[in-house]
Amino acid sequence: MPGFFSPFITKPDSVSQIMLKVLLALIPGIALYVWYFGPAILVSITLASLTALATEALMLRLRNRPIAPFLKDNSALLTGWLIALSIPPLAPWWLVVIGTAFAISVSKHLYGGLGNNPFNPAMIGYAVLIISFPVQMTQWLSPHGLGAIQLGFIDQLNYIFLGVFPEGIKLDALTMATPLDTLKTQLHLDGQISEILEMPIYGRLAGHGSEMVAAGFLFGGLYLLASRIISWHIPVVYLGTLFAVAGLFHLLDPAHYVEPLFHWFSGAAMIGAFFILTDPITSPTTHKGKLIFAAGAGLITYLIRAFGGFPDGMAFATLLMNICVPLIDAYTQPKVFGKKEQKP
Amino acid sequence: MTLQELKDIFYNGLWKQNAGIVQLLGLCPLLAVSSTVVNGVSLGLATTLVMAISSGAVALIRNYVPNEIRIPVFILIIAVLVTVVQYLMNAYMYPLYIVLGIFIPLIVTNCIVLARIEAFASKNPALQSAIDGMAMGLGLTAVLTVLGGMRELFGHGTLLSGIDLALGESARSLVITVIPDYHGFLFAVLPPGAFIGLGLLIAARNWLTLRAERKTRGPEAQITPISGDCSPASHA
Repeated sequence: MPGFFSPFITKPDSVSQIMLKVLLALIPGIALYVWYFGPAILVSITLASLTALATEALMLRLRNRPIAPFLKDNSALLTGWLIALSIPPLAPWWLVVIGTAFAISVSKHLYGGLGNNPFNPAMIGYAVLIISFPVQMTQWLSPHGLGAIQLGFIDQLNYIFLGVFPEGIKLDALTMATPLDTLKTQLHLDGQISEILEMPIYGRLAGHGSEMVAAGFLFGGLYLLASRIISWHIPVVYLGTLFAVAGLFHLLDPAHYVEPLFHWFSGAAMIGAFFILTDPITSPTTHKGKLIFAAGAGLITYLIRAFGGFPDGMAFATLLMNICVPLIDAYTQPKVFGKKEQKP
Repeated sequence: MTLQELKDIFYNGLWKQNAGIVQLLGLCPLLAVSSTVVNGVSLGLATTLVMAISSGAVALIRNYVPNEIRIPVFILIIAVLVTVVQYLMNAYMYPLYIVLGIFIPLIVTNCIVLARIEAFASKNPALQSAIDGMAMGLGLTAVLTVLGGMRELFGHGTLLSGIDLALGESARSLVITVIPDYHGFLFAVLPPGAFIGLGLLIAARNWLTLRAERKTRGPEAQITPISGDCSPASHA
């Protein structure tokens, strides 16, 4: 063996490669999304990508930073994709544009750009939209086979960009409440879990269609784990906490608290666990810190879903735990070997 | 009092040491009531009135107040004036009084009032002090107006909405609908809109200052960072 000696050090992935792999891992979920809910999501992803890149370029120019290297790092693209995935696909075009532009400009570049943002930009974009436009943000498409009418692709484009429908069709006929939203409303109306889950919008584990999209994100997340883009700490502990808390309430009162697997495959739990919470910029750097961070996010997600005003709590859980990251990092620094323990 | 002195006091209050975007004092009402132009202007003018009279009053008695108990004495004077303003608004502008609510009595605790008394009125003659209080108050009013205008425009697409609260029913026609059929951007009206709006105003002022500095001192000019601090002593 001339010339080769251990240890062999692999070249670490660049930011650009990592982000590309994350984008790749989103594709199974997006494919299932298209299969169950139609191609409108592809339009919002395209729109979000273009807005993200344009805003990124504009902000870099204003900040006198080199444009090309930062555009090529794919991080703006990922933010755009995550925003597009977290808002209703059949939304007016300005909804996607405002959310993405706000996320990139205010929550990323005003804080100093890639690596300096304390909050997950995509979740800030989502939070701004859900607070500002609650009506447009709850018009979710019904999956194939459940809605009264399905729109063709051209008709969908007409609505997204021009706000017009074919004659005789109203938006209400195309959209429906999400599985989590329906559950919350029905529970308020004194429904029992077992009866509510008989409704046609529910599938095997959670919402019909949306459970498969969540499974797609789970598959992509496992690829990220296998290729060591993310470590196991955050997804496992996040989903574990969500499962444990939901399971506890379900055991105590099965008529009013839905089973834990429903929570896993509803809303943003899966995409959040693998793609959003694991953002290396806005999550803790220490392993112990990641455990605390993920457990807190899981608990808050469940509390908002079960007792809060919003149907899903993933975005707010992420943002609330993002605030705690500097504190968590300060208190979980590993002891340096040979040094006495010091309080931060 | 010379004309130059007068100019300096106004330049200080309106721009150089603007309470809202340079000293960052009085942020609590600034952020809370700047959701519309009318709210902002009303509270700004109420604060200006209190500041002008209390600065003048303190300047008159400044040589007779023992140093150790000056703060309680100043606060007492401010509190009396605020109570007067509160009763006046209650009597003559009742709808506006309801809208502004707790923020009228809270003018007492507004840092900028006490800060100007400590920093200026307790060291200067009465006339100058009263004018300084007025200039500072007008500076704050200007920021409140611009911020209120930004938030109202982005939030509701209107300007001067609620003017009937201040000037009576006949003024309702003064409301300007800038963007008809506006969906509304609730974010601008809610507290985050106030924080981000204020941040943008501060950034804009810093940018203007920096540009002026660069013109006079060349491209190397640096801006001195602003510091917000609620303790009046640090502004003495």
